[in-house]
This record gives sequence, C-alpha cells and structure tokens, in this order.
Amino acid sequence: MSLATFELPEPREGALRRLSDVLTRHTRLLTLLLLVPPLLWLGLVYLGSLFVFLGQSIFSIDEFSGTIVREPTTATLLELFRPANYDIVLRTVGIATAVTLLCALIAFPIAYYAARYAGPKVKAAFYLAVMMPLWSSYLVKVYGWKLLLAKEGAIGWFADRLGLGGALEAWLDLPLVGGPSLSVSYTGMVLTFTYLWLPFMILPVQAALERVPPHLIEAAGDLGASPGLVFRTVILPLAMPGVVAGAIFTFSLTLGDYIVPQIIGTSALVLGQAVYTLQGTAGNIPLAAAFSLVPILVMAVFLTVAKRTGAFDAL
Amino acid sequence: MPTIARYLHLPALVACASLTLQPAFAAEMKALGKGEGQVDIVAWPGYIERGETDKAYDWVSAFEKKTGCKVNVKTAGTSDEMVALMNEGGFDLVTASGDASLRLIAGKKVAPINTKLIPSWSTVDERLQSSPWHTVNGTHYGVPYQWGSNVLMYNTETFKDGAPKSWNVVFEEQTLPDGKSNKGRVQAFDGPIYIADAGLYLMAHKPELGIKDPYELTEDQYKAALDLLRAQRKIVQRYWHDAMIQVDDFTNEGVVASSSWPFQVNLLVSQKKPIASTIPQEGATGWADTTMMHVDAKHPNCAYMWMEHSLSPKVQGDLASWFGSVPSVPAACKGNELLGAEGCKTNGMEDFEKIHFWRTPVAKCASQAAGCVPYYRWVSDYIAVLGGR
Repeated sequence: MSLATFELPEPREGALRRLSDVLTRHTRLLTLLLLVPPLLWLGLVYLGSLFVFLGQSIFSIDEFSGTIVREPTTATLLELFRPANYDIVLRTVGIATAVTLLCALIAFPIAYYAARYAGPKVKAAFYLAVMMPLWSSYLVKVYGWKLLLAKEGAIGWFADRLGLGGALEAWLDLPLVGGPSLSVSYTGMVLTFTYLWLPFMILPVQAALERVPPHLIEAAGDLGASPGLVFRTVILPLAMPGVVAGAIFTFSLTLGDYIVPQIIGTSALVLGQAVYTLQGTAGNIPLAAAFSLVPILVMAVFLTVAKRTGAFDAL
Repeated sequence: MPTIARYLHLPALVACASLTLQPAFAAEMKALGKGEGQVDIVAWPGYIERGETDKAYDWVSAFEKKTGCKVNVKTAGTSDEMVALMNEGGFDLVTASGDASLRLIAGKKVAPINTKLIPSWSTVDERLQSSPWHTVNGTHYGVPYQWGSNVLMYNTETFKDGAPKSWNVVFEEQTLPDGKSNKGRVQAFDGPIYIADAGLYLMAHKPELGIKDPYELTEDQYKAALDLLRAQRKIVQRYWHDAMIQVDDFTNEGVVASSSWPFQVNLLVSQKKPIASTIPQEGATGWADTTMMHVDAKHPNCAYMWMEHSLSPKVQGDLASWFGSVPSVPAACKGNELLGAEGCKTNGMEDFEKIHFWRTPVAKCASQAAGCVPYYRWVSDYIAVLGGR
C-alpha cells in the first residue's frame, strides 16, 4: 500500500499573477490604487485650482496701472468691508434667506400631504409634478417668470381683474421689496428663485416626514394632545432635519446664482455677479477671489449649524 | 582678404538689428502665398454668419469655396475674453473692439498689416483708415470691420413732439411729453463703460469741469460723473445687460427711453412697435471693431484672404444689416438688398463725428496732465452705483 499523492500543478508564475497576489494580500493597497484617480481629480483639478484662485485674494491690484501686485497683503480682503462691497454680501445673504424661508413655508404642506395622505398613484403623480420643472431649461423658466412678472404681464393682469391692482401697487410702493414693477424688484427675484429651487426643498422634507413614526403621532393624540400641539412638539422637530437639508440646497443655490439677477431684479449686484464682473471685465482677480471666499465661509457656518440639527441623517 | 572680411560682419549686424527690432517688423508679410486650407477666427456672436441662423445671411460659404480656406469661428462674449483667447494663441484673426485692440497691440499679440496685400484697403472709409484704435505710430495693426453707435431709443407715443433733443431724459428726473414722470420708465446700460456716457453728458452741460474726452476723466470729473449716475439710479427701472431683455422691457414693462443699440431699435421697429432712435445733441458713445491678425498666426495667407474678403461691399452690407452696424466700406451702402437704401443712414453712417468710440480708460491719459481714473476703478464704482451707493 502506498500513500496516494496528489500531483498539484505548479502555480503559474507571471507578473500579473504576482500583482494579483500582492493586491489580494494587501487590500488597503488595492483601495488606495482605486482611489488615486478620483482623488487626483478632486484634489488637483478641483480643489487645487480652487485654492490657487482663492489664494489670489492675498494679492492686490496696483492703483495706478491696474496690474496685479504679487505681494501678500490684507488690503484686498479688507476691501470686502467697504460699504458698496459689504452691501453685496448682505444683499445676497438676505435674498438667500428669504428664498429659503419661503421655500420651506410652501414646501412643508405639499410634502406633508404627499408623505401622509397620498396613495401610491397620487404619490407617483406627485413625484412627477415636483420633478417636472427640473426637466425644462433653466433659462426658459427664468424668462417665463420675467414675462409673468412684467408690468404688463400675467400677474399684473390677474391682479387687476381680481381688483387687487391697488394692493399690488401698494406692495410695489414699499421700500426695499418694491420697485417700478415686479420683475425689477427684490420681490420678483425671490419669487423666481423660490420657484426654481422648490423641488430641492420638497423632496428632503417629504423624506423626513415619511420617517416620522405614525405611532408617535397616534400616541400623542391618545394622550390628549391637540393636533396643533402634536404638530409643534412631535412632527416638526422630527421633520426639522429634512427642512434643514432642503435649506442647504435652496440657500447655497441662491447664494451662487448669477443668471437670475441679470434678468430679474433691481440690477444691484449679487455675489456671483460681482465675482463674474471683477474677474471678467475688470481683471481685478484678487478682489474676485476675496468675494469668492464669502459664500464658502457663509456655507461653512450654515453647514456647521445644520450638522448640529442632524440634517445629514435625512439625506 | 581684409576688404571682404570687413563686409562679412554686415549681414551679422543686420541679423542682430532685425532681432532686436523684431516686434516692430515681426510678421508684416511681403507677399501672399497659397492658402493653408483653414483660418481660425475669434469673433463677436453674429459677426461671422454662414447662413445657419438665416439662409440669407451667409458671407462664409462663398469665401470657403473660392479660397479653399475653411473658416472656424470661436465666438467671445466680452473684450476680455477675446484678449484672453488671443493671449492663449492658436487663432489667426480676431474682431477686436477699441478696448481690446490697443491692449493686444501693447501686448504684442497682433501683427502689423501690410495694406498693400489687401487690395480693398483703398475702399475703406477714410475716416477709419488710420483710427487710433488700430494704428500706432503710423503702423496699421488691422483692417476695420464694422462700427456702430449707441443711440437714444425712445417710444414715439410718449415723445409725441419728436425725438428727445438731449440725453437728459434718461439722466434727470423730469416730466415727459406725455405728462408723466420718467421715473421708473428709463433704462441705462449696466457696463462700467456707461460712466463715459455720463462724462459725455457733463462735457456738454458742465463745461467748467473741463472734460475733454469722456474716456479720460480726472478725479474731479469722475466724481461729478458718478454723482450724476447716482441721481440717475433713482429713476432707472433696470440697468440693461442683455439686448433681448431690453426689447422685452420696451414691449412689456412700459420703458420709454434708454441708451441702446441699433440692433434693438431695428428689432422693435420690425415688430411694428412705436419705437425710434436718435443721437441727441451731446453726441453718443460707440464702438468700432477691427479684424486683427495674431503674430503667430498659423494660416497667414488664409488670414489675409479673409481680411480682403471682409472688406467686400457684399459682406460689409449684409453684416451691417444683420448686426445693425455701419460698414467700414462706404460702397457697401449702395445696392445691398438686405441693408436697403436707407440702411447705413438708419444705423448711423452720418453720425461719425458725433461718436466717441469706446476705449479702455487708463491712468496715463493724453488729454489730462493730472492723470485719469483707470478702468478697474470704473468697475468697482459702477458696482456701487448699481447697488445704490
């Protein structure tokens, strides 16, 4: 009797084979290799160029010749606090805040209905209805709104027919929100932005509302809480992360937009336009870079606050 | 052989001299060769049409057929974009406006033009042949393409008694002939260069300021212009930026007067709107564009052929009709179907003397010994004016 021996073939040797072995043994290396191209893209092409641009903000522009002086200085950053420039920052943040609040106000009831009351079919229709505006061109929508808001446009016409012409006039006579007509007032600009970004608010709010456990609401009702109290103490706090998630979208999208203010509004510049004009027409890249820092800082503050509320759990 | 040796260094000297003087002589061509098969042009949108928007407007196809040079167009929206593209290189020609052209010459990005190689040069409007925005120290750096004037566009129903005589209808609050105030019914241009329009207005109405050129403003003159613009802010309905938006504003927003371009006027008139335009007594600002060739143009022969082609009356007339501009070749005004008999006059042919052509304001200026306010400050201050400061 002899022991049976197994004749195993020799493992094939080759460069690829060895590479495969190494990668199998060192899984971290594999992860690293897979991540290098996207990281290079993000790091060098995206963040790298961003930082190079932002870095320009420590340079200044020569008062006499208009050329860029490449010596570190804080003069350009301080220029942001000149009244005219500071106005731009306040104006933009103000508009973004108004748009966000208005979006939240309109989106909440819609999302509430879709999350709590709509059946499967209605819900499908709801999704379609919310997403539909996102399928058409941004510019078409903006120009459409310009016509709606025009002095002789649809909104003014309806207001006249309904006997509200006087109310519209009174609103337009108000300082700040008013103007010669809706399409050249802050009111019109906020309305347009609200229309554009509303889907970005509705969807996260709806997702958050769907995650509110129904039995909590029932329990609150059983314990004698009025519907208003249930809404304030149970539904709203639990849906808040969704609202904040939506607010991140609406706020940052408004903060960065520079097309709508060219078409609708008071002609006063917002941040995006200021950057565009300064770097494009004026060649004042340092100040443009300084302006670009503002939305980044504002969003950083906003996101820090949002993170505290747990908004990112709802994404 | 001492004598020969003495002369041997002469060619070397000449070579050295030509090297040191290169920028001046750089690429002035002596003779035209065969076409290289293509030509790459940076142009304003609508400046080089091949019948894709409207079949009747095509001044490229015939050129390509005749010369074998395929025309590639890269459109640019602003003068700065044009300068950037030319600095980058890779293009043969650019249709540069007055602000870009001098920057390109100063940056040595464009080559002197040998006008002998362009037979139609002699047909160019004499008023344009040696314009300061393309001719430096007697050297031509380009071929005039088209020019145009900013105009005062107005509603003929509001101005029943005829055209407004002065720009004051858009600068100062007043009651218009229809009995209503102009507040909220006038517009201004939203580019910083509009400060020159205010300068032009002050030149006529406040001679004590001593403004000699609206693009060359001293600190005091500049301050007066900004004050005028701040007052204007209160009556302006919108600062217009996009030509089509202005057309819409005159249609739907009840705007009755504004600084504008012939393009919008032609469009509104073609829609049978009660609109007309005028150049008021103060004169107007305007633009004049030049076709310039890159110093490192890869297709210089085709580029020269295009420059010659661009001066043909047919091209000039069709373009003027398309763009609402004025041909730089007067012959183009006669017998062009698209432009019509009165086309040149409508677009401002006879107003040349009244027009102050667009230039980049610089600190060192010719007309003011004390120096002028440079363009980058125009930009930041105009932003402040728009913001109500």
